[in-house]
Amino acid sequence: MMTGAEILIDALKKEGVDIVFGYPGGVVLPVFDVLFKTPEIRVVLTRHEQAAVHAADGYARATGRTGVCLVTSGPGATNTITGLANAKLDSIPIVVISGQVKTAVIGTDAFQEADMAGLTRPICKHSYLVQRVEDLPQVLKNSFYIARSGRPGPVAVDLPADVAQAPLENYAYPEHPDIPSYQPPEKGNANQIRKLAAAVKQASRPVILAGGGIVAAGASAELVRFAEKTNIPVATTLMALGCVPDDHELFLGMPGMHGRVSANYALMECDLLIGMGTRFDDRVTGDLKSFAAGATIAHVDIDPSEIGKILRTQIPIVGDVRSVLADLDKAVAPRPANEWNRIVREWSLVHPLSYVQDPEGEILPQYVIDRVNLQASKDTIIATDVGQHQMWSALFVRHRGPRAFLSSGGMGTMGFGLPAAMGASLGFPDRPVVVITGDGSIQMNIQELPTCTLNRIPVKIVVLNNSCLGMVRQWQELFYDGHYSKTCLKERPECRSVCSGHRPDCPNAFWPDFVRVAEANGMPGFRATRVSEVDEVLCKGFAVDGPALMEFRVKKIENVYPMVPGGKPINVILLGAAR
Amino acid sequence: MTEKYTLVITVANRVGVLARISGLLSSRGINIESIVGCRTENPDVYQVHLVIRGTPELVQKISKQVQKLIDTIKVVDIPHKKGGPIREFMFAKIPARKDRSEILDIVNMFGAKIVDISPSFLTVDLSGPTRKIDQFMEMMKPFGIREYIRSGQIAVGS
Ligand SMILES: Cc1ncc(C[n+]2csc(CCOP(=O)(O)OP(=O)(O)O)c2C)c(N)n1
Repeated sequence: MMTGAEILIDALKKEGVDIVFGYPGGVVLPVFDVLFKTPEIRVVLTRHEQAAVHAADGYARATGRTGVCLVTSGPGATNTITGLANAKLDSIPIVVISGQVKTAVIGTDAFQEADMAGLTRPICKHSYLVQRVEDLPQVLKNSFYIARSGRPGPVAVDLPADVAQAPLENYAYPEHPDIPSYQPPEKGNANQIRKLAAAVKQASRPVILAGGGIVAAGASAELVRFAEKTNIPVATTLMALGCVPDDHELFLGMPGMHGRVSANYALMECDLLIGMGTRFDDRVTGDLKSFAAGATIAHVDIDPSEIGKILRTQIPIVGDVRSVLADLDKAVAPRPANEWNRIVREWSLVHPLSYVQDPEGEILPQYVIDRVNLQASKDTIIATDVGQHQMWSALFVRHRGPRAFLSSGGMGTMGFGLPAAMGASLGFPDRPVVVITGDGSIQMNIQELPTCTLNRIPVKIVVLNNSCLGMVRQWQELFYDGHYSKTCLKERPECRSVCSGHRPDCPNAFWPDFVRVAEANGMPGFRATRVSEVDEVLCKGFAVDGPALMEFRVKKIENVYPMVPGGKPINVILLGAAR
Repeated sequence: MTEKYTLVITVANRVGVLARISGLLSSRGINIESIVGCRTENPDVYQVHLVIRGTPELVQKISKQVQKLIDTIKVVDIPHKKGGPIREFMFAKIPARKDRSEILDIVNMFGAKIVDISPSFLTVDLSGPTRKIDQFMEMMKPFGIREYIRSGQIAVGS
């Protein structure tokens, strides 16, 4: 005989789960009680359920394994919503188990009751409310299978307290999922693959756009091999950075709103666009009418609903991109480099990423990221938050391999960075993990600092403090006549009469004092306010055996370029050279 | 050009499947014109007939999204303009104190059935193509329809 709670923990063990991010509360006490007696599973207590989900997400992004969260009902459950939606949009496999009130009182507005199955329906790959303990083993088996198979995604399991306490005779964890209606595709259609191989042969200006599906499928090596065999240049989306090493001669960079000029031009001018595990997000395509207008579109994706969702597709291939790449490799003949490769290369050379750091001037955020690169080793994992620093990181971080750059793509969730870095670090205790964050974003989950200290999670926190919500400020500067409405983080009520948002000589103090916040949370904090201090602070921070926070007071009025204004063709690029 | 379609959706018979389907449509701003759902001969399988209006491209995209739901077994979209069999069912309660025989003539003409009689009302049922039901309602209008309910459309592929 076993109880529902014991079954749950046994299932986690059978699924190979050795770490759970969680937060307790009334109705999940039976489960936490079993965990108390289960040393094989490490439970990390975050300080907020949102952070628990992001940590499970970061763990999954870095390791490729399914992240697991355990929270209580009501507010515990609703606090996971942002994390679930974030994982859904980036197709990250996590399983979030929430406690629920007893089945007998569901629907009565019982204490801490929230309809979790209903709340999570549009933001999860699937969700379950377990009403009988007999169903629990199969629901758990199905949940883990759904989360990681096909196009991965978050699964929510709502477990009422009485089900967790109910006994079940003859429990055995099922060997297989039982979901007749769900059969994720594997191999791509051979005819379509031949068609694509023929199109590759004929194309004179082919481009590959690789997305997060390449990471999910573990197909980076196959992608590089295919690109090399056919000499096709590759652009990688934010979600796929690292799939092609950034010093590879076929690498075009990230395309889109803040993409590399070379990548954007190549996508606009190509005659064959091969999308692989990507969903043609509006931040990548810009104006849809003009996007790759002259190209034949081929699209490989495991999710049939992605194909044709945004672009009219001539060569659709539904299947696991790794298996499709393997088949494609057999079908395609080697193809020599041509004039197109030369043109594309030239675009890269003519439009390099650059910035000019005045040694006496204010610290530029790009410069700090460049110097972080020097501290990083081959296996360093870098997480980001959301905003300008995220885009600069995407552009300036050295990307050497997959699953090493963790960023909230689809949702753009501020507050993702620190907990995601924690999850990655717990997944790979021996690899250095850095989070590059902004003064706005870090404050959205700053309560996790003691989690790092107490659990000895050695995350290095790089705060690019520009005293504002930089990305929004940039939009206000460019598109809202410089009306800096609520983007200054030093603003006080009396500012309105003297300042339109950014006086260079602003007398107001920076709050919080990040160095003291770090120290108050038991980790060393360092601050650089001058260019000459940047390397010193980085060296000190990276030398700490454990977590450390490094704050860089960077230039406030600095825009991310290149930039394509929203909805414009992606070859209409602001370069900001005139600044 | 938008047209009417019936989506015939076969799903696992589970709590919440209808909510999933309707949520998917509402999140995309699509109005459901009618919806009929019932268990099939297999008690574990449920079928939903759902009428929406849209371009062929939109309907195809929606079908794929519905197909993507974990509980969905099969989705077929049937365009109404193809003229395949589409049927509806209706109950109508008609005040019939004076014009009883005239009403009965129309009822017979349409092949409707009287299912309930009271001194002041006739209750009839009628099934058939939507147009036929529309016409019947038109004919009954002068007598004043007290109350009616239509099932919404169901379809089979040809
Ligand atoms: C939770 C959340 N709220 C609001 C936004 C909108 N937003 C996008 S970027 C940004 C500014 C981020 O500021 P900061 O973290 O300081 O980074 P910076 O842009 O200055 O580098 C905001 C408010 C968001 N992405 N996420």
